[in-house]
Amino acid sequence: MSTTTMPPTKAPKTEPKSAPKGALSDRAKGERRLGWMLAGPAFAVMLLVTAYPILQAFYESLFDYRLTDPDNREFTWFSNYAVILGDSIWWKALAVTLFITVVTVAVELVLGFALAMVMHKALKAVRPLVRTAILIPYAIITVVSAFSWWYAFNLTSGFVNTWTGLGDYDWFGHQWSALAVICLSEIWKTTPFISLLLLAGLAQVPEVLQEAAKVDGATWLQRLWKVTIPNMKAAIMVALLFRALDAFRIFDNIFIMTRGNNNTESVSFLAYRQTISRLEIGLGSALSVLVFLCVVLIAVIFIKGFKVDLASARGER
Amino acid sequence: MSRRERVLWILGAIVIVIYALFPVAWILSLSFKSQGDLTDRNFLPRNPSWDNYQEIFSGNAKDLFLPALRNSLGICLIATFVSVVLAMFAAYAIARLDFPGKRLILSTALVVAIFPAISIVTPLFNLWRGIGLYDTWPGLIIPYLSLTLPISIWTLAAFFREIPWEMEQAAQVDGATSWQAFRKVIVPLAAPGVFTTAIISFFIAWNDFIYGISLTSTEASRPVPAALAFFTGASQFEEPTGAITAAAVVVTIPVVLLVILFQRRIVAGLTNGAVKG
Repeated sequence: MSTTTMPPTKAPKTEPKSAPKGALSDRAKGERRLGWMLAGPAFAVMLLVTAYPILQAFYESLFDYRLTDPDNREFTWFSNYAVILGDSIWWKALAVTLFITVVTVAVELVLGFALAMVMHKALKAVRPLVRTAILIPYAIITVVSAFSWWYAFNLTSGFVNTWTGLGDYDWFGHQWSALAVICLSEIWKTTPFISLLLLAGLAQVPEVLQEAAKVDGATWLQRLWKVTIPNMKAAIMVALLFRALDAFRIFDNIFIMTRGNNNTESVSFLAYRQTISRLEIGLGSALSVLVFLCVVLIAVIFIKGFKVDLASARGER
Repeated sequence: MSRRERVLWILGAIVIVIYALFPVAWILSLSFKSQGDLTDRNFLPRNPSWDNYQEIFSGNAKDLFLPALRNSLGICLIATFVSVVLAMFAAYAIARLDFPGKRLILSTALVVAIFPAISIVTPLFNLWRGIGLYDTWPGLIIPYLSLTLPISIWTLAAFFREIPWEMEQAAQVDGATSWQAFRKVIVPLAAPGVFTTAIISFFIAWNDFIYGISLTSTEASRPVPAALAFFTGASQFEEPTGAITAAAVVVTIPVVLLVILFQRRIVAGLTNGAVKG
């Protein structure tokens, strides 16, 4: 797995070596046609379920349009965007979303790395047990996990206040504690994903380097910092990128635990509330487009700024 | 490994298992509490009972839960099937054939994977109401493909790249027709990858919430996660905690079973798809 950027037009490295190249142009033409025939439907469906909706959302965002008053549909250019960007609700939701993203991803990276280390070193006997356990949060429905944490911190049913001796502290009645529980449920649910990626990264760190560093008298921490982490940079960056984008779209836990109350609304939740609950299609569409643009921006920052090369990290080896 | 180190790693493993199972144990415990004990704030049920399960399978919550369970199973299985079939063709082309546009397809899958669901929901909400797909199975199956198709393509492409395709030709040299060679040699090699991809896809569709609550309104198509959010108690003064937790346990059981049975494959599929592609 290399981290250098690939030249864009090079033939992929891992081709089946069956067809001698060059001589058989008819065959190449045939492969091209067959390739698109086979991959075309999947490609078309992917465009249909994403490109089409986002264009439609953009179009609808230019109208002042409410389903509660469907006859008054008026083209108002970018006034919905102006309204949103001029409203503190949007900026508050953005701040909440970024806060959740940064906190959960940071904690998950540390925790996920620790989990991966344990799994990497775990004795053969316990490894399947650990692997199974770690997959359970990954596979459980987010809504179920959110309910579980919500009930745990709930004043009327939860054991947390009893265990911690906090008496009647209402976790969901205050912004910071509510956000803390939301982050906790998100961290529990998605850390396994990071640790599985990091575990795969750990497996690719050459054992020889570790041994050599050991012989040279490097401490455990030095080896971690100078050998292990640099050698799995690609895996770390991919995990970070995917989790950051995923966390930014947070919705389920917030819906279940607070319904956006007490300043815990994320940008996705705001867009949902405006469109589906309040039936304000124009404003809601503009919000959806803004959420999309934020996600694109985060991806671009990662790929350009941190030089995450997805082609080499995720694509061709 | 020294004895001390060994003990440390085992302790670490135990901590992980507790961490992973703790919320599951809690919801399981709640689901076995009798109506009166649900608010006693204890971790374990004092008088364990099956009442909550009775409630969702034959009691008041039956009409909310059973249709939702049927919808979830049907919609997720169809969405998984469609995306795995489409992804199979695409991944075969990517792994086996040389054609321009391979990288385009893989990058598109990547873009679709990071696409925020909310940006798809808003326009579909309006469109589906216009063309009659709102609150129907296809109305969820189609957007679910945006969740399941990208990961299916990546995971399958990773699996298919590992297949020694030369073996197919070797079989043909030995006298098999190309269809025989494909069916007898390639299909058995590809089957585990296809199966793993289907499980991962199913998990992802099963987990959806945002499409479920936005694009459905009745038990005609509302899937379990959305139904859980809209559960109501027998009276307006009664919290539906018991029914919710019992339903949560029921939808978690198949997931846990799949994980226990296929954990090795799921890990391989997830990490191959994500790290190796």
